[in-house]
Amino acid sequence: MNPRLAVIGFVLALLVAPWVLSPFHIELMNYIGLGTLIALGLVLLTGVAGVMSFGQQVFAGVAAYTTAVLCSQWQISPWLGLVVGLILVAVLALFLGSITLRLSGHYLPISTIAWGLSIYFLFGNLDFLGKHTGLSDLPALSLWEWRLDTGVKLYGLIWLFTLAALVAAVNLLDSRLGRAIRALRFRAVMAESCGVNTAQLKSLVFVYAALLAGLSGWLYAHFLRFVSPGAFAVHAGIEYLFMAVIGGAGQVWGAVVGASVLTVLKEWLKDVVPAALGISGNFEIVVFGVLMMVLLHRAPTGLAPILARIFLQPTPRQITQPRHALTRREQPQPGGKLLQVRGVRKEFGGLVAVQDVDFNLCAGDILGLIGPNGAGKSTTFNLITGVAPLTRGEIQFCGHALSHLNSRDIAKLGMARTFQHVNLVGNMSVLDNVALGAHLRGSSGSVRAMLRTDRDEEASLLQEAMQQIERVGLRAQAHHLAGSLPLGKQRLVEIARALAADPVLLLLDEPAAGLRHAEKQDLSRLLRQLRDDHLSILLVEHDMEFVMGLVDRLVVMDFGEKIAEGTPADIQTNPLVIEAYLGTGTEDSA
Amino acid sequence: MSVDIFLWLVQDGITNGAIYALLALALLLVFSVTRVIFVPQGEFISFAALSLALLQNGQTPGLIFLLMGGGLLAFAMEAWTAYRQGDWRNWPVSVLLYLVWPMGMAGLVMWLAPTKPGLWSQVGLVLGMVVCLGPILYRTAYQPLAKASVLVLFIASMAVHYILTGLGLVFFGGEGLRSEPLSDARFQWGVLNISAQSLLVIAASVLAMLILWLFFDRSLYGKALRATAINRLGARLVGIRTELAGMISFTLAALLGALSGLLIAPITTIYYDTGFLFGLKGFVGAILGGMASYPLAVVGALVLGLLEAGASFAASQFKESLVFSIIIPPLIWLSLRSRHVEQEEEEES
Repeated sequence: MNPRLAVIGFVLALLVAPWVLSPFHIELMNYIGLGTLIALGLVLLTGVAGVMSFGQQVFAGVAAYTTAVLCSQWQISPWLGLVVGLILVAVLALFLGSITLRLSGHYLPISTIAWGLSIYFLFGNLDFLGKHTGLSDLPALSLWEWRLDTGVKLYGLIWLFTLAALVAAVNLLDSRLGRAIRALRFRAVMAESCGVNTAQLKSLVFVYAALLAGLSGWLYAHFLRFVSPGAFAVHAGIEYLFMAVIGGAGQVWGAVVGASVLTVLKEWLKDVVPAALGISGNFEIVVFGVLMMVLLHRAPTGLAPILARIFLQPTPRQITQPRHALTRREQPQPGGKLLQVRGVRKEFGGLVAVQDVDFNLCAGDILGLIGPNGAGKSTTFNLITGVAPLTRGEIQFCGHALSHLNSRDIAKLGMARTFQHVNLVGNMSVLDNVALGAHLRGSSGSVRAMLRTDRDEEASLLQEAMQQIERVGLRAQAHHLAGSLPLGKQRLVEIARALAADPVLLLLDEPAAGLRHAEKQDLSRLLRQLRDDHLSILLVEHDMEFVMGLVDRLVVMDFGEKIAEGTPADIQTNPLVIEAYLGTGTEDSA
Repeated sequence: MSVDIFLWLVQDGITNGAIYALLALALLLVFSVTRVIFVPQGEFISFAALSLALLQNGQTPGLIFLLMGGGLLAFAMEAWTAYRQGDWRNWPVSVLLYLVWPMGMAGLVMWLAPTKPGLWSQVGLVLGMVVCLGPILYRTAYQPLAKASVLVLFIASMAVHYILTGLGLVFFGGEGLRSEPLSDARFQWGVLNISAQSLLVIAASVLAMLILWLFFDRSLYGKALRATAINRLGARLVGIRTELAGMISFTLAALLGALSGLLIAPITTIYYDTGFLFGLKGFVGAILGGMASYPLAVVGALVLGLLEAGASFAASQFKESLVFSIIIPPLIWLSLRSRHVEQEEEEES
């Protein structure tokens, strides 16, 4: 089945449901919709961006209590309650995000549980929130004169919001920012080198997920017309994460699948288990846990990918012709000083990894930085690209001092790099991976992406990416998943991504490492072609043979020091270099 | 606040803090070795405490059914893997861990429970039952997911937590139990009135930490565990089996949980679902200590215990809110200090 058809079928089913299902089942559908909203936030936040949160119920609770207090104590319109609630949620999310998102692995999930508990106990103990009994008699929502005072009437509104959120999420992920978000989980360092502000982007996704939870909480409050702390306890937050994981945490539609499975399962267990065992109240939760366990063991990536494999046929992606190509950067005059490295030093504790190294790179040149393993080449590379801070010295690029810039700012100045250990988003197509390189050449943000008003720019970005893919000779693989390609081709994708940034200087970190002979020849051909296009390149490599016919000049490093500099012919006969690479007779026998 | 109330709070805080410290150590250990955020750690506490109380009443804890069922399941899984891989070398260990130990333990408890055995026999029986759960849980729930992401492992933890809490309600009922103190002596020392139970808690915690330290510092298995925690792939390359490391860390976690349960049982009333909050406070203690090192985690847990004692006196309504908000300042501090770009490690399959 065509995916588009599946979506249309789903919407039709939603439209027909109120005429077919009983009010009880419609209310169940409402719960599914409310769960989907929160689970969707988690799909984006946890599944895609890799930020684990068990605290979503807090945001739902804040929005629900805000509208409850405003409506029942100050008789304010619920719609105003929504606005105020969402503002509070956003502020809270920004604060919590700012203190946790930059921390590593285990802090975040635990601290989300901790704040979840903290706020839950606060809900239950504050007088003006009704303590543990909560607040009741909330007004029903109304659209103009139409009061949505039953579950069936509210059904339309809940699913309208839910569908809109689902579509917006699909649109967001298929956009300039979406590519960057998909790189956050495993490839944040690479994303930074493409100019993505990963910290800011994480907090954006965090706030967005919080707002979805807030929306759900507000709908919940006016659906039940009653709020109490119980609905926002830690277990609720964990259940939402269950939904996202069971559905398929990386998939937008997984939110619907997960929310449906979980809601229906729990409802069903409530009836079935006591009937089957003749005892009530104790065993549902056990059976529920066992079923979850079996699901996790059988389908650790969730149900949505499995369903998609069975029922959906992938449709080839259409690339529309853009109205205008991206503007190109003005390249510097050939021969001018592009990169100046002065007395650069890097110490790791007592170890001097790079010892007062100097060299220059002129525009239009290919400079090779070579040396045996452990010579300090990669460290030098990291110093230039802003991955590691300098201990001492100075690096100038196009007249800018780089010493206090991070890799993101350096990317903005027109330096693009590849990684020695291939750094691609494996479950994203080659095209998307390369388009990520052009991140800084677009400007559209999340709202434009969700509303689909970014299509002009997106077409230009994709066309640029396609051109670079053709340049490196991967046209046939453009729509394959990057993770499915062999290493040699992945290296070419890395180079295409760097080229998509329209760089002034291209930095290649050991592009030939680990390649087979034929792959090396392909790579060599590509680099020659780039040289003929007058691109400035700094090539770090330990394979001397590979660089010899390729570069204009060579800098040789050994034990952190520069030991020689000159043309390939000079270097080949330099006794120091020969000694560094081959060792001397006396050393070998020692 | 008078001096004796203050001192009483300090004593209470340190006693609870010592328990949180044991939990923090167990949680850190399991997380760093297996990447599992081990929420069911708390269940070990409830199970141990409630089993002890039941044994003191001469009743047989229903926990033995979990031992037998879980043991059989783990054994079946182990046999299936061995059959498929044609590798029966672990056979004796599996028989011992999943058949002999749980079945033997269940039999022993059924035989001894009605005779109301002495205090130390009760302690032995409880330890034997709860520690046995460690390997069984690891084998049935986590080992099949060893390559899954931290997220999936966490969800598995929650599923196990649901199963165990549900069973806890079945085994022990909804009412709280409190066991008799291991000793009800009190010492008057100036204005200080110290209960022997508190001293026992502190002494046992310190002893457990000392033994753990010796284990990690001196024994080969301890070093293997540390190696796995630092670099899983590297450890595998030098021949440390991931399953073995996981098994040991879960067994230790169960031991620490059971110990905490035995120690806390006479001090507070324990319900079938009390463990969850205890476990989380252990984690908060670990975070307070920066999750950087085991000694800092212990300090963090002690601070947490003291803070909780103070809060329960000064603002008892908001005690739990305060306890869980206390992690905010260290988080802010850590956030300001962190400069590098955070990314997850992709697990190779």
